[in-house]
Amino acid sequence: MLEHIIFFLLLVAAFGFFAWQVRKIRANILVGRERDMSGHAAERFKKTLLVAFGQQKMFKRLTPALLHLVVYVGFLVINIEVLEIVVDGLFGTHRFLSFLGPVYDVLMATNEILGALVIIAVAAFWWRRNRTKPVRRFTGVELRAWPKLDANIILYIEVVLMAALFTMNAADLKLHQLRGQDLPGTFPISGLLTGLFPANESVLHLLERVGWWAHITGIFLFLNYLPSSKHFHIIISFPNVWYSRLVPQGQFSNVESITNEVKAMMDPSFVVPPAPTAPDGSALAPTPFGAKDVEDLPWTNLLNAYSCTECGRCTSVCPANLTGKLLSPRKIIMDTRDRMEEKYNSPLIFRPNVYGEEAKHEPITDLANATLLRGKVTPEELWACTTCNACVESCPVNINPLESIIEMRRFLVLEESAAPNSLNVMFSNIENNGAPWAFSPSDRFNWADDLFAAEKSADNVSREVSPR
Amino acid sequence: MTPEITKRQINVPVMADLAARNESPEILFWVGCAGAFDDRYKRVTRAFVRILDHVSVKYAVLGLEESCTGDPAKRAGNEFLFQMQAMQNITTMNGYGIKKIVTACPHCFNTIKNEYPALGGDYEVIHHSTYLQQLINEGKVGVTGGESFKGRRITFHDSCYLGRANNIYEAPRDVLAALDADLVEMKRSRANGLCCGAGGAQMWKEPEPGKKDINIERTEEALATLSGAAEALANLGGVETETSAPGQHDLQGSIIAVSCPFCMTMMSDGVKNKEQENRVQVFDLAELVASAEGINA
Repeated sequence: MLEHIIFFLLLVAAFGFFAWQVRKIRANILVGRERDMSGHAAERFKKTLLVAFGQQKMFKRLTPALLHLVVYVGFLVINIEVLEIVVDGLFGTHRFLSFLGPVYDVLMATNEILGALVIIAVAAFWWRRNRTKPVRRFTGVELRAWPKLDANIILYIEVVLMAALFTMNAADLKLHQLRGQDLPGTFPISGLLTGLFPANESVLHLLERVGWWAHITGIFLFLNYLPSSKHFHIIISFPNVWYSRLVPQGQFSNVESITNEVKAMMDPSFVVPPAPTAPDGSALAPTPFGAKDVEDLPWTNLLNAYSCTECGRCTSVCPANLTGKLLSPRKIIMDTRDRMEEKYNSPLIFRPNVYGEEAKHEPITDLANATLLRGKVTPEELWACTTCNACVESCPVNINPLESIIEMRRFLVLEESAAPNSLNVMFSNIENNGAPWAFSPSDRFNWADDLFAAEKSADNVSREVSPR
Repeated sequence: MTPEITKRQINVPVMADLAARNESPEILFWVGCAGAFDDRYKRVTRAFVRILDHVSVKYAVLGLEESCTGDPAKRAGNEFLFQMQAMQNITTMNGYGIKKIVTACPHCFNTIKNEYPALGGDYEVIHHSTYLQQLINEGKVGVTGGESFKGRRITFHDSCYLGRANNIYEAPRDVLAALDADLVEMKRSRANGLCCGAGGAQMWKEPEPGKKDINIERTEEALATLSGAAEALANLGGVETETSAPGQHDLQGSIIAVSCPFCMTMMSDGVKNKEQENRVQVFDLAELVASAEGINA
């Protein structure tokens, strides 16, 4: 009985604490600017099914896609067993789902095989990250200290959870064999492991209990580790994909407030809509053009930041990063998340996402003024972007680093007039000549002078003509 | 003896003149700043006009009334300047009742197609690669009678603002396929295509400090693909490659095909940087079609 009460309290504590952390993350995301993402349910549903559940974009790179698929399917299927563990724990049943009969056999066998595959996949993941020359996208300035450790902690926890599962099953199996009983379910992997276990009933019973408790408490702890970790993507990437942009990737957002100003300039009779007011009718502080800090970004970009699992596909295809520039789309997304936690709620038990001394980052003392722009993301990074959308295309969970880059460029140009000089020259060329180069507008149509075409007739079909 | 070439002057129809005669064109050809001012891309504009003239479509240009779409300003963060430009162009085009626009610039294409509607400019916008594909499919352009590209090695460099930005990957390839050339694909193509380095207003500024210029990386990939140099291809990825490793194919007569004025500049500069300009040429789709059709003069 005591065991059930302890389990019940543990269960409530685990989910309660998790919910408390998630509420803080939600509050962080909602500091972002409003953006209407309602509607298009059918299209969003399809996208979520394909990209999130179906892992469509992962399959651009086959090896990691297959490894990831194993862990992902393992996570989904093994959760059914977790459900069983919760019921067993609460009501003192043993293998409550065994009434399913042959279905239970299939379920347990699938679990076991997936569990073994997960261990293999995790080992491969570890090797890809930790060998002397790791896969290139697992390196980079932003992958120091905590992010590097975090990635490994996740892998270790997954192995521990699988080991606990196999300990539980193998001990249970051997216990039943010793007693001459039949354990419901089929256990292809644990069946191979029983030889490693002692033929002692009380020890086996203890091991079974240790495995059981280790697995479930491990899951409870892991659940509460998620909000501190990039691994939170296993939950939040689903809503993130749901709220994907549905317009062509080349379409940049329109700034409504500027549209009103421009219309007023061009048409004196245009009435500028009144600025939004606070609920009590008082005027709100004017919002800046573009983004200086996280609250200036649309909330979807903040949701993006929490969905990032730091895989680095974006950075690995970024032409600027490939050719040695400072820009790394992944860093911008990670900076956004770190800044949210620095300035607003730290939803975490601990605050690992603030770069430590190991990151060789000047400790930030003036938290209020160390904004996202300049505090974390430098103009040099922003100006290196070619807006080519390679990062957007590559992200398996539809994160859009380009939107944040453009919002920060807008702040630099419209609020600080801090564009590189050559771009200011380009701006004034457009203003004065209607072209980004310093040509006279009256020469715009000169290309049409002395324009001839060859008459196509039967006489001269076999001419040699070079393109000109 | 070269046969006598009969030349015919083309008087490019200007929208204001058509409007004065109460006429409206079937399509408006949006020339773009590069197409109007850049010496190299002016040749593309002229080639495309030859094609329009050749297929006898009723077209017009805005001429001196055209102004920058505002794309470089918007990508650089100057939303105010962008909207000023956009509103001005929309006012002009709506005044003429323009319905359908064709342009040879993916940046103009993307901006007018995707970003003008929010400001009151709703048009059917097509890129010239799609338009050329339609002309070929309809049999209006036979790509015969001029220069033969049969067997020549051509690789197509995807423009970001045509490809990833607007999902147009097949139209330019269909146009090239009609040339009966030996089309070879770079490893990074279509949705995985590597930028030429000019987008996002980079065209008007020096690149940030780094190990290499983006257009050099891309040109090396194009050259290695054309020559079939596996070794050079393997060495790509931001690393400065020492020499262009020998490949299985002679580069002489190979072509890098582009569909964007900025890609044109970047790839041409890259080819010059690699000292291959006497062997490898960079052409726009419209130029290739016009020469295959034999209408250049």
